[in-house]
Amino acid sequence: MSIAPVLAKCREEGRAALIGYLPVGFPSVEGSIAAMRVLIDAGVDIVEIGVPYSDPVMDGPVIQDAAVRALAGGVHLSDIFTAAEAVSGAGAGALVMTYWNPVLRYGVERFAADLAAAGGAGLITPDLIPDEAGDWISAADSHDLDKVFLVAPSSTAERLAAVTAQCRGFVYATAVMGVTGARASVGEAAAALVSRTREHTDLPVCVGVGVSTGDQAAEVGRYADGVIVGSALVRCLTEASTPDEGLVALGALARDLAAGVRRGRS
Amino acid sequence: MTAKPRPTPVPTPPPTTLSGSPDLPRGRFGAFGGRYVPEALIPALEQLEEVWRKACVDPEFIGELERLHKTYTGRPSIITEVPRFAEHCGGARIILKREDLNHTGSHKINNVLGQALLTKRMGKTRVIAETGAGQHGVATATAAALLGLECIVYMGRKDTERQALNVARMRLLGAEVVPVDHGSKTLKDAVNEAFRDWVANVATTHYVLGTVTGPHPFPEMVRDFHRIIGVEARQQVLDLVGRLPDVVCACVGGGSNAMGIFHRFLDDTSVRLVGFEAGGAGVETGEHAARFATGIPGVLHGAFTYVMQDTDGQTIDSHSVSAGLDYPSVGPEHAFLLESGRAEYRPITDVEAMEAFSLLSRTEGILPAIESAHALAGAMKLGRELGPEAVILVNLSGRGDKDVHTAAEWFGLIDSSDSSDSNDTEHAEHTAEHTAEHTAAGAERLPGNRDAKGLGEQQ
Repeated sequence: MSIAPVLAKCREEGRAALIGYLPVGFPSVEGSIAAMRVLIDAGVDIVEIGVPYSDPVMDGPVIQDAAVRALAGGVHLSDIFTAAEAVSGAGAGALVMTYWNPVLRYGVERFAADLAAAGGAGLITPDLIPDEAGDWISAADSHDLDKVFLVAPSSTAERLAAVTAQCRGFVYATAVMGVTGARASVGEAAAALVSRTREHTDLPVCVGVGVSTGDQAAEVGRYADGVIVGSALVRCLTEASTPDEGLVALGALARDLAAGVRRGRS
Repeated sequence: MTAKPRPTPVPTPPPTTLSGSPDLPRGRFGAFGGRYVPEALIPALEQLEEVWRKACVDPEFIGELERLHKTYTGRPSIITEVPRFAEHCGGARIILKREDLNHTGSHKINNVLGQALLTKRMGKTRVIAETGAGQHGVATATAAALLGLECIVYMGRKDTERQALNVARMRLLGAEVVPVDHGSKTLKDAVNEAFRDWVANVATTHYVLGTVTGPHPFPEMVRDFHRIIGVEARQQVLDLVGRLPDVVCACVGGGSNAMGIFHRFLDDTSVRLVGFEAGGAGVETGEHAARFATGIPGVLHGAFTYVMQDTDGQTIDSHSVSAGLDYPSVGPEHAFLLESGRAEYRPITDVEAMEAFSLLSRTEGILPAIESAHALAGAMKLGRELGPEAVILVNLSGRGDKDVHTAAEWFGLIDSSDSSDSNDTEHAEHTAEHTAEHTAAGAERLPGNRDAKGLGEQQ
């Protein structure tokens, strides 16, 4: 089930959607699903369910650390489907973010079928460009799943046109060059990239730019259709001394961010 | 492309000539290769390919590279026939292609000079590189010094410890060496960190990838910069022997020295091409880097190729006494050559490689890199299989100066009180255990202690 209706509803409310990333399996599979529920209760519209991977070349230290600990804790790819079921059951959009090899190993068609059956909306694929995604595009099409590919400040007009043409759900704008991680300033490059991307598509454009506060979420939410937050949320869990403490910190940050996107355009 | 147990059929038929370009624009060798990287890097890869293809036909670029080969690297590298070593190889004629005599001590300089010149052409001022054994890092630091580029080298923490001399060499050459503490702390993790740097700094930075893997165009481009090895060696063997060799041997980590020497022979169908992977403690132990023996096709570091991975698609850590072969993936063109049947790949254990290391040192006065010693061990086996009529060309891809400490520990040649690593408790304990395990066997294996003539007579 596509996340398009979720984004449409946010648009009707005159605000950007809030999209929160957490990896499955940290601090445990159950613990990560509890954390995703906290996000949803705090006002997160779409949960980006991360697949921990041994070689996350697009991620900074915070998410790498969580992935290493999740894998050491014994998380398996099939736990993704449990998380997707829980998130969609709680009324939020369930998008899976994964590096490509785990899906390839599982079987692209089989992964798409199992994800759709679990109520997942689709995939965000940070190391799969549409040019290499033939198998995924046909599997996603036959199971009505979203295909979220990434664009970057370095993307040429030709690449923006080619990538957005293959997206469904939204376009993921990685609006600073570099790995994931909270940044003090979200800068002007993000707004420029969103506006360049919109020249090629009517799809919503959501922005991942290292947002970590409600004020930054408000700022990005003024021009983007969705604000994606990852490392700052994950850090609430990795830096907590107990899982419960982590959930409290996570809830507080998520509420601050949710308030941010809601006041962004008011 | 769905991952299946081996053997995976090659969806597209091999091209009529194996030595052609990969299928463009996606850079596929049969099913293997491609560009599995973040979108942010695509413009840089497109720019690199464009600049490189123009340079390939630009007399100025070709002339500059040739001049550097001749006056800086020391090309052409010689070949050396090694008859005393060959007595342990079933009497077959063994000929070494001496890439170890290149400036900086390995074949790596061939590729690095090419990429450093391309960096200047792209108007970039900073280069980054990953390194395992340190050979590629040293070569990159050297080229950066020569051409006035800023240079950062990423190296797994474990490799900085076992290749400490090369770390110092890189620093002496003005490079910044960044130890990587993630994951297995070896070459794989150094590549991850280099990609992270590249995504953030791609506007000013070229990633001098050190082997024939990664996203297109790296596998093809790096191969072409090393192709000179096989071009020279083929003619040199013809001049010496009057015919082509029966077998060409090379060690295969990422596989750059192997592609470099194999490529000119691809259309010589009478010549067997054999790559030797790191069998580590033995393929059956799981402690190895034998991708073709145990891996299945998947994606790592930008390419679809053979990858050591678990059932969830997580990369399995590799193990080898040789830092340069300690890598869980392999260049996509090798995967293609395996599946097309043109090349074969075999594992060589740490013990076999160290035996060959010692043997070449004692019989010929040549200390090989431990990486290259895997190819030598392979040649010993092949020679015994093929007998005295065979001519075997081995790519001696690097010299063993960097490995003296590792080899001395392996053979128990250092008093524990002399160990420079004694401040590192864990490492010292490991070393002691390692030494105890190998000293007895190692001393027995030293060729000076055995009757070489007797072995020769067994053939």
